[in-house]
Amino acid sequence: MAQPAELTIEESPAVLEELYRQMLFIRHFEEKCNQVYRMGKAGGYLHVYIGMEATAVGWLSMLRKDDYVITAYRDHAQALLMGDDPVAVMAEIMGRRGGTSRGKGGSMHLYDIKNNFFGGWGIVGGHIPLGAGLAFGSKYKGEDRVTLNFLGDGASNAGVFYETLNMAGLWDLPCIFLIENNEFAMGTRLEYHAANVELHRKGYPFGIRHERMDGMDVLAVRKAARRIIDYVRTEQRPYLVEVMNYRFAGHGAADNDQSLYRTPDEVEAAKARDPIRLLERVILDQGVLTQEQIEAIHAEIEDQVQDIYEKADAMPFPDPEEVYDNVYTDMEVEKGH
Amino acid sequence: MAIKEMTYREAVRQAMVDEMERDPNVFLMGEDIGRYQGTFRVTQGLFNQFKQVRVLDTPITEPGIVGLATGAAMVGLRPIVEMMTMSFSILALDQIINHSAKVHYMTAGQACVPLVIRGPGGAANQLSAQHSHSMEGWYAHVPGLKVVAPAFPADAYGMLKTAVRDDNPVIFTEHPTLYGVKGEVPVDMDYLVPFGKANIVRQGSDISLIAYSKMVHVCLEAAEKLAGEGIQAEVVDVRSLLPLDVETIYASVRRTHRAVVVYEDWRSGGFGAEIAARIGEDCFDDLDAPVGRVGGLNVPMPYARVLELQCIPNADDVIAAVRKAGL
Ligand SMILES: Cc1ncc(C[n+]2csc(CCOP(=O)(O)OP(=O)(O)O)c2C)c(N)n1
Ligand SMILES: [Mg+2]
Repeated sequence: MAQPAELTIEESPAVLEELYRQMLFIRHFEEKCNQVYRMGKAGGYLHVYIGMEATAVGWLSMLRKDDYVITAYRDHAQALLMGDDPVAVMAEIMGRRGGTSRGKGGSMHLYDIKNNFFGGWGIVGGHIPLGAGLAFGSKYKGEDRVTLNFLGDGASNAGVFYETLNMAGLWDLPCIFLIENNEFAMGTRLEYHAANVELHRKGYPFGIRHERMDGMDVLAVRKAARRIIDYVRTEQRPYLVEVMNYRFAGHGAADNDQSLYRTPDEVEAAKARDPIRLLERVILDQGVLTQEQIEAIHAEIEDQVQDIYEKADAMPFPDPEEVYDNVYTDMEVEKGH
Repeated sequence: MAIKEMTYREAVRQAMVDEMERDPNVFLMGEDIGRYQGTFRVTQGLFNQFKQVRVLDTPITEPGIVGLATGAAMVGLRPIVEMMTMSFSILALDQIINHSAKVHYMTAGQACVPLVIRGPGGAANQLSAQHSHSMEGWYAHVPGLKVVAPAFPADAYGMLKTAVRDDNPVIFTEHPTLYGVKGEVPVDMDYLVPFGKANIVRQGSDISLIAYSKMVHVCLEAAEKLAGEGIQAEVVDVRSLLPLDVETIYASVRRTHRAVVVYEDWRSGGFGAEIAARIGEDCFDDLDAPVGRVGGLNVPMPYARVLELQCIPNADDVIAAVRKAGL
């Protein structure tokens, strides 16, 4: 399970504060998304990242600007961290014309190709080979990019994952398969969906280096991420990591009976590992920030998120004619019913 | 027989309960159907009632689930596989089309596949491009499969029971927006609605509106509006795509002399085109206007509600086609 936090802290106070702000921003942004959903201003399926912040923040903080990232539908955090305009992300979630996909994708389908974020996919397991393809592309072109390929514990059972691991092992693709083991696939607990709950071992049959690690302590995450990213970049070979985190929120915004798969006690126990609180403790212990400063940051970020929401909410819905845009690069579709 | 008022969801559930009680070889498998009670709550209570092996929570591996169910069916079990949504059955197309549908033919009748694949199919509410597919027309193209898409609780009940007792693989589509629709259901162990029988759900003399699943309700709404201006539309609920009851469809068209086929799937190449072509082939002399078609817009389903609603055929779209047919 989770390893204890390293004692030596390598991050400067400025970096610690930045990591803290990033996690907090995601937390508040996600809480706003849930609220927006409850207000009926977002629809469909919406999955937040609450409780898992340290994983994306830690890993993405170690990437180079030109590295590739791809994930499934729980994608708000990655989109925001990769540099997507938060107003455009919120607008997309609200189905507005100013959204990242002009309102056509929604929460599950966020993309920011110019910043090397490749989405944003709704079919469990479906994006995993796409990620390998990104890695194949960079290797083919002789670049030294790394691809970070996020997937869930549930997705790690999909056949296409094994097919992809085999190709990645066979062709030495510079791809990190990052299984976010948050202990649930929707309403099904890990032990009911996986024959072997040590998911990192799935790398073994394909000769892919693999390990399990903590995903709640952002500093430990960064340490492991740096080592693994360096290996993948220099060796140009794949790696499989199983990151142990936990989803505090429901599976999606519409998951309204969590008692079917976990107890409130279990969630409370997991909250002792709340990544934001873990870092907060370090920050206070190290004297990076005072309690008052931390509270001020909370208030500042809450305001910032409120402002993002208001800007997004002021944006119009798409025009009817836009429904036909972008089906092809070079031709129009037949119109009408 | 007890007539009970129930929702479409309850009718599907009741059919499964009946068949599981009747035949110990009937079992359910699917994602989150057991402990989590099903994402659309169709299987609510069944895990507690029938326990683990007969209500099986599976990993997220649609090809594996359907393949395993097909194998189990070949040795005498009668699996009901729930697809969390029919859009995910796309992952299992190889198992369904290359395997399940071919077994009886390739073994020259030595084996058969009494398998039901059921689940919500069609656009719900802002589920976007990867979760909104209408798959029934794709499956109705495949010899070896039977495909049904009931629109009302009583049909859902009677046709699912028929599906479970059928020795062939059956694709059973439930539109997600119909789960809450209520209706009277004749609950009886042997209430079976046969496949290949369309149903006239509203009589009219001026035009035939032909549809299945949710679009039957859209046609009824259109017919209601048209009645206000004195146009009597007949609504034919196809119910079963494969086998297809052309006789009932033709008889209706021969009475009304006009037809519009309505389907939610993409307009181009959808199953409604098949129905329209058949009417054109066999009822040419009876028609006073070309057969009309109303289908979904030929685009991936967008997320924004305004765009999504534009894609899904509604009563006004049907009425526009009725006008085009000269009324
Ligand atoms: C092929 C497919 N089957 C089923 C689903 C429905 N579904 C969406 S998310 C999910 C659970 C996935 O769990 P996991 O991979 O652990 O990711 P997490 O949600 O925990 O981030 C399921 C079953 C889907 N989207 N795609
Ligand atoms: Mg999970």
